[in-house]
Amino acid sequence: MQVLVRKFWSVLEEIHHEGGPPAATPRRVGALAAVIANPFAGRYVDDIAPFMETLKPLGLEMAARLIALLGGDRAAIDGFGKGAIIGTAGELEHGALWHVPGGYAMRELLGDAKAIVPSTKKVAEAGGRIDIPITHINASYVRSHFDALEVHVPDAPAPDEMVLILVMAVGSRVHARVGGLQAAEITGEDGLR
Amino acid sequence: MISKVRKFVILVEETHREMGKDISPPTRKAAALAVIENPCAGTYVEDLEVLMQIGEELGGILGEKAVAALSITPAEAQSYGKAAIVGSDGELEHAAAILHPRLGKPLRQAVEKGAALVPSSKKMGGAGTAIDVALGHKDAAYVRSHFDAMEVRVPDAPRPGEIVVAVAVTDSGRPLPRVGGLTHEQAEGKDGLR
Repeated sequence: MQVLVRKFWSVLEEIHHEGGPPAATPRRVGALAAVIANPFAGRYVDDIAPFMETLKPLGLEMAARLIALLGGDRAAIDGFGKGAIIGTAGELEHGALWHVPGGYAMRELLGDAKAIVPSTKKVAEAGGRIDIPITHINASYVRSHFDALEVHVPDAPAPDEMVLILVMAVGSRVHARVGGLQAAEITGEDGLR
Repeated sequence: MISKVRKFVILVEETHREMGKDISPPTRKAAALAVIENPCAGTYVEDLEVLMQIGEELGGILGEKAVAALSITPAEAQSYGKAAIVGSDGELEHAAAILHPRLGKPLRQAVEKGAALVPSSKKMGGAGTAIDVALGHKDAAYVRSHFDAMEVRVPDAPRPGEIVVAVAVTDSGRPLPRVGGLTHEQAEGKDGLR
């Protein structure tokens, strides 16, 4: 089984302010989406799990490209998320195939990130929008980094396609000020605090 | 900077397959968008000079960002387009003031040359409104393989007092052009048309 990529679609937001004082360093959030053929579209296939292994090289390629999109400094990236949109001839479970290769790739390239990679998935028509959740890469409870990036690819997914998405961010919400655990206070190795 | 920018958004689309055929090298489009404060929002302003100045400034900034997003030299840009979405406290004419009088010259510098008209679209809209940025060959408007568009949107913009300004640049035409007409290779690029 092979991975057939129809297109890549990337988004890079550089946020200077949101009505408050402009940030000294603008916040950056990037997404890379791959539109691929869904090899299981149109019928029920029971044994889909081996495709996770097949997707690993794509995950690594996408994570590397996303790091480059954000400027190339891995150490600066402190937020991440992932998601999938499945075309209407597929099923939600196909989106779950992205958990392992997408998460593994980002952890691998971001230096053994500790936190779980937050995710969303849905079945939708072409142009369907998905909010990809974002949390701190080493401690899920860092409140300043809870966020999301809405992603859509205008012409995808076709019914027999899926859109696989990775998101990375540099910095907290631009005017974060609701307290909670701060990035500078991360203590444990449990991925939570 | 005259423009009060809340955020920049850069979009890149890279097409590797179309209708089951490999596209090699992939066709690529980039759009650079600025979300700016609309200095004329909320009241009727007769003289739109400030928006024309913003257009001049953003033509260069967004043109350069779009070219950089494709990692190409300015000369390698093949087609372009521009668009604006005005938030509900502004008026459609504000988009015209940004896009038409002065944005073109610095954009043409960013893509080196640019003899052809820069195709455009404009609309009023709320946050998350999508707009199709019309695309045409930068030196010869009649190049048929390069008539296209790129849909762009910013989920949280424009707010009522904002304007989204977009510039799109490509390094290629459609993935599988086959409806004849003038080609990129045939274009002379002297009169902007052929």
